[in-house]
Parts: sequence; C-alpha cells; structure tokens
Amino acid sequence: MALSAVKTNNALPDLSQVALVDEVGVKERAARFQTRSIKKESKVEALKMVLSMIDLTTLEGQDTPGKVKQLCQKAIHLHDSLPDLPHVAAVCVYPTMVGVAKKALGNHDINVASVATAFPSGMAPRQIKLEETRIAVEDGADEIDMVISRGAFLQGEYGYVFDEIAAIKEACEPAHLKVILETGELGTLDRVRRASVLAMHAGADFIKTSTGKIQPAATLPVTLVMLQAIRDYYYETDRMVGMKPAGGISTAKLAIHYLVMLRETLGQAWLTPEWYRFGASSLANDVLMQLQKQATGVYQSPDYFSKD
Amino acid sequence: MASGTRVPVAKTYKIYIDGKFPRTESGRYFTLENADAEVLANICRGSRKDFRNAVVAARNAFAGWSVASAYLRGQILYRIAEMLEGRADQFVTELILQGESKRRAQREVEASIDRLIYYAGWSDKYQQIFSSVNPVASSHFNFSVLEPTGVVSVLAPDESGLLGLVSNIAPIIVGGNTCVVLASEQLPLCAVSFAEVLHASDVPGGVVNILTGYREELTEQFASHMDVNAVVYCDGDPDDTKGIQELAADNIKRVIDRVDTDWDDEAAQNPYLIKQTQETKTTWHPIGS
Amino acid sequence: MVKESSKLAFNDGWQYAPAPESTDHFEVDNQYGLFIGGDFIEPANGRYFETINPATEETLSSVALASATDVDRAVKAARKAYNGPWSKMSAADRGKYIFRIARILQERAREFAAIESLDGGKPIRESRDIDVPLSAAHFFYYAGWADKLEYAFPGRKSRSLGVAGQVIPWNFPLLMASWKIAPALACGNTVVLKPAETTPLTAMKLAEVIRDAGLPPGVVNIVTGAGETGAAIVNHPDVDKIAFTGSTEVGRLIQRAIAGTGKKYTLELGGKAANIIFADAAIDQAVEGIVNGIFFNQGHVCCAGSRLFVQESVAEEVVQKLKDRMETLIVGDPLDKNTDIGAINSATQLETIESYLRLGQEEGAEMHQSGCSVPDRGYWCRPTIFTGVSQSNRIVQEEIFGPVLAIQTFRTLEEGLSKANNTPYGLSGGIWTDKGAKIFKMTQSVRAGVIWANTFNKFDPTSPFGGYKESGVGREGGMHGLDAYVRLEV
Repeated sequence: MALSAVKTNNALPDLSQVALVDEVGVKERAARFQTRSIKKESKVEALKMVLSMIDLTTLEGQDTPGKVKQLCQKAIHLHDSLPDLPHVAAVCVYPTMVGVAKKALGNHDINVASVATAFPSGMAPRQIKLEETRIAVEDGADEIDMVISRGAFLQGEYGYVFDEIAAIKEACEPAHLKVILETGELGTLDRVRRASVLAMHAGADFIKTSTGKIQPAATLPVTLVMLQAIRDYYYETDRMVGMKPAGGISTAKLAIHYLVMLRETLGQAWLTPEWYRFGASSLANDVLMQLQKQATGVYQSPDYFSKD
Repeated sequence: MASGTRVPVAKTYKIYIDGKFPRTESGRYFTLENADAEVLANICRGSRKDFRNAVVAARNAFAGWSVASAYLRGQILYRIAEMLEGRADQFVTELILQGESKRRAQREVEASIDRLIYYAGWSDKYQQIFSSVNPVASSHFNFSVLEPTGVVSVLAPDESGLLGLVSNIAPIIVGGNTCVVLASEQLPLCAVSFAEVLHASDVPGGVVNILTGYREELTEQFASHMDVNAVVYCDGDPDDTKGIQELAADNIKRVIDRVDTDWDDEAAQNPYLIKQTQETKTTWHPIGS
Repeated sequence: MVKESSKLAFNDGWQYAPAPESTDHFEVDNQYGLFIGGDFIEPANGRYFETINPATEETLSSVALASATDVDRAVKAARKAYNGPWSKMSAADRGKYIFRIARILQERAREFAAIESLDGGKPIRESRDIDVPLSAAHFFYYAGWADKLEYAFPGRKSRSLGVAGQVIPWNFPLLMASWKIAPALACGNTVVLKPAETTPLTAMKLAEVIRDAGLPPGVVNIVTGAGETGAAIVNHPDVDKIAFTGSTEVGRLIQRAIAGTGKKYTLELGGKAANIIFADAAIDQAVEGIVNGIFFNQGHVCCAGSRLFVQESVAEEVVQKLKDRMETLIVGDPLDKNTDIGAINSATQLETIESYLRLGQEEGAEMHQSGCSVPDRGYWCRPTIFTGVSQSNRIVQEEIFGPVLAIQTFRTLEEGLSKANNTPYGLSGGIWTDKGAKIFKMTQSVRAGVIWANTFNKFDPTSPFGGYKESGVGREGGMHGLDAYVRLEV
C-alpha cells in the first residue's frame, strides 16, 4: 500500500501553550464511547475495518526467521474459510527481520513496518539510531516505528527530542514515520498532549501510544488525548497525522470502541488503514471469531483459528 | 443433621488469609470441646508467621479498599448481612454447640445481622458528621476529612463468639481499613464460618483476615508488628493491657481499648467506633484569582 | 487559529446500526388505578387519562385521574399508617423496609429503565446508567439514616412531621420520586405522591415495589393526575408538609396557597445556570461539560447549564469544538442504546421550545443546529446554540427547558461573576479553569445552590441539591436533605 510521507520544516513549537487536559473529564468521555452499541451490519463493517488496520506484530528477543515467516503466512491467510476478508495493513518486526518479512510477503499488498531507534528503550547514541533506521529502510521497510527519548522529554529537553524525531524522519525517507510516545512512561495526560504536539511538529506521519513492552500500554483515555491533539493540529496546519494505539487491545469489542472514539473525534476521513492502525497480535483472531459468529450466529472456539 | 443412619461429613476449620482458606503454616492445632468434654473440632493454632502473612495481605488489600467508594463499601456490608441472614441456622447451631441456649443463640445471630446493616448505613454518612469546613482567618478554603488509618489488628472479644466479632470488624472495614482478627479462643467456630460469609459477599481478599489460636502466643504479635497502624483489644486485666500498650508504642500504633464492652447493648454500636480507626486530614487552598 | 468551516466529516461512511433495547421482558398494564392504602383502587369518579410515548405518539397505558375525594382517601390512609404501624415500629426496622425498596429496584433495574424511556422520552442509556441506579442509591442512602437521626442535628431531638404531600415533575420521574419518598420515610413520615401527568408509569411500578417490599399499607400512596390533583394535595388540611419540584411559576402558586397554614414546604424550581469557561480551562473537557450541561436529557434539567459564558480569547475555539461535538450527537428513538438525545417529553413542551427558537431569531440572535436527522413521528428538537446574544435577550433570561444553549463572551472574572449572578434564578453554576484559587473564588461568589467546578450535572445521594432565590427553597440529598422532613425540639 502506498503511503503519503510529508516532509515538514517546522520549528519547535511553544509547548507551554499546549492545551491542558483534565484527567477525570477525559476518562468520563472515554467511558461514554464504551456505551455505544455496535450491532449487525455496522458491527461487521467495523470488524473488517479493524482487520484492515492491524499491524500484525512480533517483537520478541526470541524471534527467528521461522517465526517471522509464519507470521507473514498468517498475515496473508488470515482465515481462508471466511470470504471477502481484507488483509492486515502491515507486519511489524525488528530491523534484523525486515528482509525476511519482505521476502515472505512477496507481492502481497501488506507493508513491512520496522521498529527502530533502540526499541523499546530508546537508550542508544543518536548515530546508532540513525544507522539502524537506514538499514531497516534499505532492507525494505515501508514504515518505521521509532521511540522518543523519554528521559530527555521528562527533563524538559524538548529541543533534543524534537531534533531527534526530525533527524530520524529525514533518515527514513521514503518510508513513513510513526513516533512512539510510550505514554505509560509519561505520567500525565498533559505530557501526552505535549509530546503529541511535539512529535507532529517534528514531522511524524503517525503518532503511536506505546511499545507494548510496559504497562500501561494503549488505553482509551490516552488515545483520546492524542486524537484531540491530532484534530487541533489539523485545524492549525491542514495536515493529517495518523494514529496508532498499540498494546493491550486484544478483543474485537474493545477495538470497535476505539473506532467509535476515532469516528466521533476525527470523523470519517481517518477511518482507513492509511490513517489509523492497531498494534496487536492476538486481536486478529478475536476479530475473526467475531466475524464467524456474525456469519453463523454461533459462538466460536479458538481451536478453529490458526495461531502463528 | 444426619437423617436416619447417614454418616455426616465433619467440617475442617481453617483460617482465612488473603481471600483463601489455608491451614496454619505451623501445622499445630488445639481441640475445642463442649461441656461434656466431647471433641467439637480441631482448631488451627495460628502462628506468628500466619499473622505476618495476614498483615502482608491486609496491607496489599488496603490500597484498593481504602479508595473504594463509600457507596460500594455500604453495599458490600449490606451483602454480608444478606449472606449471614441466609445462613443464620448454621451459626445458631455452632453457638449452641459451644454452649449457648437456643434462644440466646438466635438473638445473637439476629443482632449480628442487624449490626451489619447498621454499619452499612454509616458508610456514606460518617464522613458527613465528622468532617468540617474550617473558617480560617486567611483567604483559604480549609477542610478536614477522615481517612482510614490502614491495617488494624483486632483481638476479638473472648466471650462473644459472633456478635463481638462482627461488632469489631464492621466499623473497621466500613471506614476503609483492612484488618487481621484473632478469634475468640473459647468460641472460635463462628469466626471461621463468618470468614466463609465474608468470602461470599464480594469482600475483596485481604480486607478481613481471620486467625484462630492461643491469645497468649499471639497477642504480642498483634501488638508489636511495625506495619500495623492500630490495635484493638477487648479483654485483659490491667497488666495485660499495659503490655499491649507498651508494645504498641514502638510505631505509635493507635491503641483502641474496648474492654468490658457489653456487645449486646445497643450503645455498643455507634459511629465513634468508626472514627476510632480514622485519621483526620486538613487541606488548605487559596481563594483568589 | 481555527479555520472557519468545520473540516471534519462525521456523518457519512460507517454508521451505527439500530441497537434497540428489548421490551419483551416486562409488561405495562393497560390501566393503572390509584395506589392507596397498599392496593391499586379505582378512582372515585371512574375517570382515567392516557399516557403516551413521546417518541411515537402511541398510547402506552391509561392511569386514574385522582379527584379531591381520592386525594382525601390517600391522605387518610397516610395518616392512619402514620399513627399506626409506621410510628410504632423501631427506626431500624423502618430503615430495613427502605433498604428493601433499594434492593428490589436494583433487581428490576432493566425493566424500570425501559419503561422510563418509553414513558418520558429520555434515552435508554441515560435511564439505565443514571436514573435507575441513582434512584436505588437514594433509597439506599436514606435507609441508613432512619436509625441515626440523633447524629444529624447537633443539640436537637428530631421528630417526624406526619404526612408529606409530594408533587414531582416529568424530567426525571423515577429519580424525583426517590428523592422525595426516601428521606420522608427515613424520618418517619408517610407520603402521598403525585407523579407528573405525562410520566406516571415508573411511579406505578414503584408502587408495586413498595407493596412487594412489605411496607405497611398507607405508608406510601401514589395518586395520578394533573394540576388539579396536585392542588388538592397542596390544599389538603391534613398534610403537614409539601415538597414540590417543578416550574417557578407553579412554585409561586404553591407558596401563596400555603401561606397562613403553618405547613412546612420545600420547593425545587427552575434555573438558568451560567456555565463559565475561562481561557485557562482544559478546553476539550470543558466542551464535553457544555454538552453534558445542556444537551443531555434533552435539556429537560432544572440545573441545566443553559447560559454559556466563554472568556473571549478562547471563544472561537470553544464554539468550533462545540459545533463539531454537536454533529456526533444522535437524536432519535429513546429505546436505541446509541441515542444521545431522546424525544421532547410532550407536544406542549416542544411548542414551548420552538416558540423560544422563533423568539431568539426574531430578537436577532444567530441560531445554529446540528445536522442530524430526526424521526418522522414524535416530538424532537435538535441540539441548538445561539450566539450574538446578551443578558437582555429573553432567550437568555427565561428557562427554555430544551436542548438550547445561549452563548456569550466575557473578559474578566468580575464580569463573568456579575453576569452569572444577574438572574432571578440561582440553582446551579459551572466553572471551568485549571486554577484552583479561581475555582474557590467563584464558588464563594456565585449565588447558586450547586456549583460544579470542571464538571457538570453530577449528582449523588450524599450531596445536597437545591436553589437560591427563585430557584427554590430547601435542599434535597445528603444530611441536609433530612431538614425538610423533621421537626426539631430541644
């Protein structure tokens, strides 16, 4: 799939002007999205949308080419007995596995996303991060998921964090850049909003909640704050930025609530894999089970769905 | 009750820690006999390690229980009353086995249920009568509220096997504290069964922990543990109670003396028993622009 | 900063399919009598009137029209119960009966929620998540006070009053019934209650619950009817206390009618609350607070935040975000779980709202409504905002009781405060700012009985509610809510 990757030459924004966030209010609004009841044809449509937005992910120290090939096989053949299934958006792996994934996916319209910049901690010298990014792109990555330097951010070194994102953005051309904020380490929703604004001004094509390696990972409240930041940025600059919640979304029901939240915050234009992704591994099978249940009327067992 | 020649299944009495029913880690027991020296049951002779484990459980449970809404705590206490009402016969039987007359046993069980309802009703009210907004002279909004003190160790009344137990547990937990309770040594059966009632009532594990054992062995533990915030005792001569108070001083435990309380009397239930295991926090905030 | 037109498209593409609440798990009778002396009995004159579903205009049931004779029977039954079993039983036992009502309401929660939405028009999500649970919680809270009254009044002994006559409105039918009945019973009184004529059904179901809970006959009596029935209750010489929630207009009539009778009374009347947003507020959450304050429950809320004051430097941003948010509000079938804004309660109320919409435009204000669709049959009003208004507009002064918001700007705290207080009403107010000191300054100075800081329309049985000035007298909820139902002696 072709993706737009925009180059920006913005200056560091004045983060003291970033909107304040009231946590209790955010949580109430997020909870309200969960009372939406999505049924029948709108549920089937939503389930298919979720599938098409999944970045099927394996990011383990114990990953091998064998594991990655199996994951790619799953990406291509989600559940052949269900007709008209969309394919997942991408497969997400470590840089050393990009080549394997690229080959295994062949001509299928599924992107290869690679984490980079010393994922998940981000604790490495700048040159190493840049080099890693370049290698991943050379090996065929269509998308780069980078992590911000949380330590620097928490120290208030916004210029440092900004420059780093801009540098990685440059190094990953023509791949598009997702910036992982690691919201679970940022502490407050105010900081999440600030980090979102910072990342977008530095050139992020997508902002992403988490590495999935720590708790809490993605939550509805954190995602809502990021969506609102994207909305305000869009009003200000006319530039769309994508969003990816990652980690902790393992049920179809929850994923649909994320889509409800997306629809009611940013509107229909973002409801495509071009602008929204789910970073997940076991979510796909739960979505498939729900689709099967919608088709047959019968609750399903995991035994009938492949685990790769 | 056995019908005809059926062989009944005897109950094993365990202790209650962290929402589970283990035996005492020490493996020791003592025999509970009735007035005719017949064995009623083998009761766990709890150890200091049991107590230590119970305090850990109570401390872990405190974080969640202390911030549960008052409404939720009230609902849970009401539920305990519902469960106890449903099992009243079991408790009447146990009290009779331990030497009470049927009439007194029934009255004690009913009073225990009603006492739980009484305290359930205080959950969202004691804060209203004991808190205050203080009209300080400076331009500040100043308010004082009650907060639960933490983990409370309780030496339950030795002569009241159910009502005394309930009368001490209810005000402690309705106020958001967690507790470790040493059951009456002479009347321990209802305490263990009450643990089962708690377990069936949505009380989170660790909020109430109930041990059985010898007073003499365990009192020192209940009084001296450095991670217990308050100690409640209901029996003892002046030497005993002085001993408890001295040990409590090591971490400035709040000492709550309930010796000689007539638990049958209605005066024994009042919101001041809740207040005894609460701290007062006062906050200031400027009023201005 | 913000572009002129909304560039976000909400309403094409992926839609939500209908998600109707099922109505096959309960029954509504064709006809209900008057609940007097523990039984449902026929009205003396044999007259009934219909209650309809405002979303479909279909008849749901017919209920008795209580005449003065019926009211007299009810008061007699209440007096008999008061002199008899109710005052003789222990306070703890009284409490137990009230706890039972709470528990049964929780068991039958889904049924009550569905009937509330059918009868009154409010979305099922609101009745399910707010009205019914809060009603049960009110009974639960006051049940606990029954045997603890000696702690509520320092230095005084409290005594019950006798028979309480209670008249409630149609915007929160079940909740208002619980607000009235629970404290009255806890303090040892007996009750004659009249629900609003357009929303009698949950009151009738509550009567069933009260009967099933085993309360002695006559402790609670529920008589259905309209204005005349209410007047009969207010004027009855053997009623000791009147509790009324409704319009200021009727509250005035009641206060006048009671003059010289020695009857105690509490009145919970209208409002035109100011919702004040400062530039240093958390804006996105403030916008949600605006929506909560005026659009939910179709704006049929006495404490609705119907006058918005936005500090001028953020006004454009707030209005833009509000408009975006309005586009995601779903107006429709109250029984659909996705509906945000249900039906307007009656044709009369819709006509009232529409006349204000016309008036606002005639007065020169700029009207904006969301673009959502509304069903063909039934009574509907889209969420509406008016800009270009000031304190002198009638739509800013008068209570509309619909999803209609009037928006003004302000510059300084003093100006915001002065305009907030510039009204004969004083029920509630909202303050949005991140600065704590400012919150307390505003709460200190806004002349209203309930002030929400960085939130809106929050209710709890422990929290007193009631107005200053023409928004009424007396408080409901909390320890303060007991005052209305006792006599204090030294």
